[in-house]
Amino acid sequence: MLKRIIPCLDVKNGRVVKGINFINLVDAGDPSEQAKFYSENGADEICFLDITASNENRNTILDVVKKTSEQCFVPLTVGGGVRNLKDISNLLSSGADKVSINTAAVNNKNIVKESAENFGSQCTVIAIDAKKISENKWEVFTHGGRNSTGKDVLNYAKEVEELGAGEILLTSMDRDGTKKGYDLKLTELISNSVNIPVIASGGVGNLEHLYDGLKKGKASAALAASIFHFGEFSIQDAKKYLDSKGIPVRI
Amino acid sequence: MEKIIIINTGSSNILSLKRAVEKFNHNVTVTEDSKTILSGDKIFFPGVGAFKKVMETIEKKKLIETLGQVKEKKIPLFGICLGLQLFFDESEEFGPSKGLGLIGGNVKKLPTDPKEKSKIPNMGWFKLNINKQFTSKNFSKFVNSLNEKDLYYFVHSYFVNPSEKTNIVATYNFAGYEIPAIVSKDTLIGCQFHPEKSGKKGLELISNFLKLAI
Repeated sequence: MLKRIIPCLDVKNGRVVKGINFINLVDAGDPSEQAKFYSENGADEICFLDITASNENRNTILDVVKKTSEQCFVPLTVGGGVRNLKDISNLLSSGADKVSINTAAVNNKNIVKESAENFGSQCTVIAIDAKKISENKWEVFTHGGRNSTGKDVLNYAKEVEELGAGEILLTSMDRDGTKKGYDLKLTELISNSVNIPVIASGGVGNLEHLYDGLKKGKASAALAASIFHFGEFSIQDAKKYLDSKGIPVRI
Repeated sequence: MEKIIIINTGSSNILSLKRAVEKFNHNVTVTEDSKTILSGDKIFFPGVGAFKKVMETIEKKKLIETLGQVKEKKIPLFGICLGLQLFFDESEEFGPSKGLGLIGGNVKKLPTDPKEKSKIPNMGWFKLNINKQFTSKNFSKFVNSLNEKDLYYFVHSYFVNPSEKTNIVATYNFAGYEIPAIVSKDTLIGCQFHPEKSGKKGLELISNFLKLAI
């Protein structure tokens, strides 16, 4: 089974944060330009994460998603600020193929079940922000790692699977932004414990980190932001590297 | 220019499909109106989500009969993902649910193989294995354009199991099983993967369907 490589666009107030000016991109901060670029250059999926702090501009976000998905002919996952079924349905009808739910799922597990029943498991992605609290133990955090929930990541992952989640986007808060690589123990633990795909996230600084997440972490997909955005590596660089190391990927 | 219809099944991926079709033909109408559907030259039948729920929506919109008429009138009908599954007699998703019965067979849960550690829903890119036994005068051009090297994006937990294996155009390998990926009967064709989300190759497939003269 081919492993997936997923570039992640962090979008704030409708603009890609830390976007790089690829050749041929008129406006690197425009998420639709970035999505089109990645869609045409080998990304297996694209993740669009809205990190706008305020919740007042949901409609603006929908317009941005609509525009971003317009030239995106690979699957697009959209997350950030999803609170209820209406938010999910609005995102899906704006061109998202999957919706990633984070805090809302922690606060109200019914949203996972209802999303799966109404829109299908295949578009219900549960984002888990995990923070290490002791050796082999991780806790679910929300609000970008600020709020602790007291929930154990392993139990929570199994719980959302049971409720109908189709995929888990697993981010290590300890590694996110550090460029030190994924938390491989965490990734492996969750990948081995659930029967739905796990996307490794948080900490990629080089191509070997992608390999480790897929090989040692046993993830189904590897997500990364800055290594692609800053032009250090292209998606094809990543795939050629993984292929040379024996990881099956779409080239 | 041919009139292209996308049947509004109330599911969510219609926008993506419309945009993909519009790359090749701008005369695209998304509708649930029976008369408009039957006036189309080619029809897409998309669907994502749960079989039972979408079947209920179709019933509510009084489209069951319309789809039967589409088949009778021999208007080329392209089912995508759940759209393909709905062509069949019944699905075991959420208990047995009746489908449209346009192609004989049923819809079953993907097999699991503990050794393979296969994950369900199965999500990702797969190559097709073309069934050399399949013959169709309607779709021969479409089928001949398929290449076993190309990859398409699948996301599903259930698969179609036609009672006539000669209806299978192509399969793909999942956990050691050959799972039907494209199925066709008469003027109906459907694929389990999402051509509208399979990059350039997926768009080519849509274009090849649009080019068919049936």
